[in-house]
Amino acid sequence: MTDEFDHLRDALRKAPAPQPEAKAAAMRAAMENFDRAHQGTRAAPRPIQDRQPKAGFLKGVSTMFSKLGSRPFLAATTSAAAICLGLIVFVPYGAQKPVAPPLPATPEQTVKGRASVPAKPAQLAEESAPKPPAPSFAPELAQTAPSSVPVEVQPAPPPAAHEQTADAVMPPVANLGVIAESDEVAGAPLPAPSYAPTGAPELARRKVSTTNSTAPMNDIASVIGTVERAEVAPDTEAFPHAEANPIKVATEEPVSTFSIDVDTASYAVVRSSLMRGQMPPVDAVRVEEMINYFPYDYPGPAAGEAPFKTTVTVMGTPWKAGTRLVRIGVQGRLPAVADRPPLNLVFLIDTSGSMNEDNKLPLLKQSLRLLLPQLRPEDEVAIVTYAGSAGEVLPPTRAKNAALILDALDRLQAGGSTAGAEGLELAYRVAEKMTAKGEVSRVLLATDGDFNVGISDPEGLEKYVEKKRKSGTYLSVLGFGRGNLDDATMQALAQSGNGIASYIDTLQEARKVLVDQLSGALFPIADDVKIQVEWNPAEVAEYRLIGYETRALAREDFNNDKVDAGEIGAGTSVTALYEITAPGSPAIANDALRYKEPPTGAENGELGFLRLRYKAPGETKSHLVETAIPAPSEAVDMPAPSADDRFAASIAGFGQLLTGGKYLGDWGWDDAIALALEGRGPDEFGYRAEAINLMRLAKSLSGQ
Amino acid sequence: MLMETPDEPLALAAASGDRTAFAQLLARHYDRVFGLCWRLTGSKHDAEDLAQDICAALPTKLQGFRGEARFSTWLYRVTINAAHDRRRRAASHARAAIGWGDWEVNRQAEISEATAAQDWLTTAMNRLPPELRDTVALTLGEGLTQAEAAAVLGLSEGTIAWRMAEVKKHLRAQVAEEARI
Repeated sequence: MTDEFDHLRDALRKAPAPQPEAKAAAMRAAMENFDRAHQGTRAAPRPIQDRQPKAGFLKGVSTMFSKLGSRPFLAATTSAAAICLGLIVFVPYGAQKPVAPPLPATPEQTVKGRASVPAKPAQLAEESAPKPPAPSFAPELAQTAPSSVPVEVQPAPPPAAHEQTADAVMPPVANLGVIAESDEVAGAPLPAPSYAPTGAPELARRKVSTTNSTAPMNDIASVIGTVERAEVAPDTEAFPHAEANPIKVATEEPVSTFSIDVDTASYAVVRSSLMRGQMPPVDAVRVEEMINYFPYDYPGPAAGEAPFKTTVTVMGTPWKAGTRLVRIGVQGRLPAVADRPPLNLVFLIDTSGSMNEDNKLPLLKQSLRLLLPQLRPEDEVAIVTYAGSAGEVLPPTRAKNAALILDALDRLQAGGSTAGAEGLELAYRVAEKMTAKGEVSRVLLATDGDFNVGISDPEGLEKYVEKKRKSGTYLSVLGFGRGNLDDATMQALAQSGNGIASYIDTLQEARKVLVDQLSGALFPIADDVKIQVEWNPAEVAEYRLIGYETRALAREDFNNDKVDAGEIGAGTSVTALYEITAPGSPAIANDALRYKEPPTGAENGELGFLRLRYKAPGETKSHLVETAIPAPSEAVDMPAPSADDRFAASIAGFGQLLTGGKYLGDWGWDDAIALALEGRGPDEFGYRAEAINLMRLAKSLSGQ
Repeated sequence: MLMETPDEPLALAAASGDRTAFAQLLARHYDRVFGLCWRLTGSKHDAEDLAQDICAALPTKLQGFRGEARFSTWLYRVTINAAHDRRRRAASHARAAIGWGDWEVNRQAEISEATAAQDWLTTAMNRLPPELRDTVALTLGEGLTQAEAAAVLGLSEGTIAWRMAEVKKHLRAQVAEEARI
């Protein structure tokens, strides 16, 4: 069977040798085009400061002057260079430098300057073998070869050098700069300034510019600068699209049902966009995730109660007179950390080529390093990578062997394309192997969201994650980097996997997610938490749920335990905001219907009724918690809004401003900033201060 | 004392105008480019033409070289793309000149001609679809690993493995056919 291959291989290997004539012709054509491309008025291929200014910029009289000036000092240059050679040979790079002296332009220059010439252009083109340049040097001058090295060590400031053309004792550094210029003026090929000035910035730039594996390599347009290139790189980010919840009439549709959402990825994506000087894509803004990013001071449940406690507060809506904002807070219990069962964590790490950026794999490694000290010695960690082919990099290892785990982390390298589905399967297999009775297992998927290879339908992947969740392994997703962040898939996977989706753009964010809120992220205390609010039409004419568009549930799904919803982790809290309008308020958006009876409802002093369903982790039957939302009588017991109220409202406003602010009227950035400042409170970790700065940034970016 | 500079810094220097670096790079790689061109076209004459086109376009193309891939990988990719363009141009020329039907007849005639010439390689290569031909030229011809070939073609390693299996099928079918004749 392999014979066929051998036969073909042998035949293919017998490639004829190229004809010297053909080769010479090809090389001549190439050199001609090269000269055409690199002379005259062509703009510098890269905006690098230590490059010589191009000849094209010197016009008229200055051209004449430099032509006149070039020959005498060319002589000075080469002799000076020859004198300095001993010192220069040992400069780093010197040894690697294949050909040093610039090619003089014309034969006269060569003679007068007595410079060593590696080969004339024509000769070069005809040389058939890749010749090391040294032999073509005159022996006594061969050592002058590295004379251009000083340029790379200390690039000459060309304008200054130009003024000193006649100065014979000028250091070779400056002289070379001038040679370069005069050569160009004479219409000759441009000598290399040296490897360092061109090569080094290029290397540095590579780190900065967005590496996108799909970007065509031979794109001529890539001559443009780094920043521009980063912008042009095809953006393959995907965000779920959802229209903002509309204002609903309480008599027509009194019930509002949604799944809770503890993800905070949206806020981090918004932050990273604003920090880059761009408004975030509208679909990337999920108001509820932005609100839930911040900790609020809700009272926790008392011992013996349900695993969480609901708090409802009411305040006047900042952006609309005549309406009120109802804030529903659900605070999860924080179990004693010492009691927690041992944890099995499988890091599923995307090491595809696209992860090879400073804010991706390296940040990921640092983040996981932060996480390790939070684990207890008996917790187990395994690492699975996926790129091209999936592999288990670290078999299940107890956290007490931190050195082993760190070592495995350090060895991770990015390269290859992504085989997300395969990696996921392997990670689940490892996780199942690790799960003993009564233990929690979780796959922590760290990726830039690139699932493009090996998965034909994202829904199939979701189903798979869901199935695994039912068998006891949860999935959380950590997103890194921008460019091809597949936010939609990340969201969907984390939702099906009963986990959180976090977007990590900085080490601080990694700290927040993996250290400060670790127990919340890794220990579910309640699954499938659904909220249903029934508004009392006697008190509430209209209502609008702010955010939760991607989490809306059908009314009947509330009681259906088969329908998946969000989970609450230990100690985490969830906040939902409703904007409500009382009957008779001038702010009512929908006109009363002519043929409909006036609203009836119990005037029992309740705004509405809150029902909450949850399942204890691993159970299939849900529990119901019911709370009435009392109506505060307008003037008397509506207390001044708390700092938390104000801040949550300001973030809701922030999110809505980012998505167009359809319901905000004239309320703008300044109002949001002022409100957030009022609501800043103690702000131990500085999260709120950061949000205020983001609002300021967004204000200036939006051009207001 | 002068060590050989790696291709990548040389290419970057050439991209920013270093003539010597460019000449050196060209001299170093011409044979390799020509070799791949021959493997892709199957004709010495075509390979020379193609190699010259590639060399002539190289100064401009080099501007797109960012040092992200190895220079040889990049150059292979440039070569493969150039061969594709040429193939496409030739096909549309032929079609424009004589129309689809004749073109197909002509193509079949060419194939039978090659068979008649008992040029096993030409036949084998001609029977492979173009994408398999590229893959074969890189792996068997240039001796690249599947991973390297994948990098050149911008595909996953799995795709290359699959393509090689396809090639095997094609070759086996050909052997069977030959046996029948």
